[in-house]
Amino acid sequence: MSLIPVMFYIMAVIAIGSALYVAGSKNLMRSVFMFFATLFALAGLYVLSLADFVAVTQVVVYVGGILVLILFAFMLSGRESLAVLAQQTNRLIAVNKLPALLVALAFFGLLTYVFLNAHVDDATWLQDAAANQHIFTPQDVTINHLGVNLMTTYLLPFEVISILLLMALVGAAHLSRKEAEA
Amino acid sequence: MITLTHYLLVSAALFSIGLYVILSKRNAIQILIGIELMLNAAILNLVAFGKFDKINNGGQSFALFAIVLAAATTAVALAIVLNVYRRYKTIDPDKINQLKD
Repeated sequence: MSLIPVMFYIMAVIAIGSALYVAGSKNLMRSVFMFFATLFALAGLYVLSLADFVAVTQVVVYVGGILVLILFAFMLSGRESLAVLAQQTNRLIAVNKLPALLVALAFFGLLTYVFLNAHVDDATWLQDAAANQHIFTPQDVTINHLGVNLMTTYLLPFEVISILLLMALVGAAHLSRKEAEA
Repeated sequence: MITLTHYLLVSAALFSIGLYVILSKRNAIQILIGIELMLNAAILNLVAFGKFDKINNGGQSFALFAIVLAAATTAVALAIVLNVYRRYKTIDPDKINQLKD
């Protein structure tokens, strides 16, 4: 019982720290690889919140799919232009990025204020769930139930998203095709 | 004891970092990474609240849908980035300032 908060804080520190490194690093390649660490730490947080199937999907789809795609695009889009881009941002960096930093910090302050004052832990539907034993416990097998729900309650979104994936696949293949002329 | 507020604060931090990355970077791929960070912050919230919905699995199902949507978005966006690079020889969004051929 006392190990769970420790794991949570470790995962949260890894996730936020590597995200900060992604934001602050000048080396573009290194920031892409640190994004791996963020995604893995987030998968750990999903496991701690008893959503093991979502965590596995996160690792397979994000780390296996999206990041490899990003790396491909990175290699294909000319390293020399990226190098020039990295060189010219050396001195003016603080002045350039001050507005973005201010906006992000202000937004973080606003979100923190809202979350601390919303008292989500006392929400009535959470207490109803606790009274009706609808909260996941670590002993539950979640995947069976998730699969049944995905094929019954959420069948329409499931089918719609498969059509959308097909459309995105066809569109991406069409866009990145070598054109004969222009 | 880890409560929902902890998860919400972690996701708020991730969302703000993603916002900063989107606003400050001058490389289309890094902006895409910022968008992915913000999406992940939202998915973390879905999963954290989904713990309290054992019957309908609402949070976890829609977290799965959001992950798939993010994958589709990324594929199309990277195809567009490659096309833009082929035409303009740069992927700095500030320098891509004409729509016509």
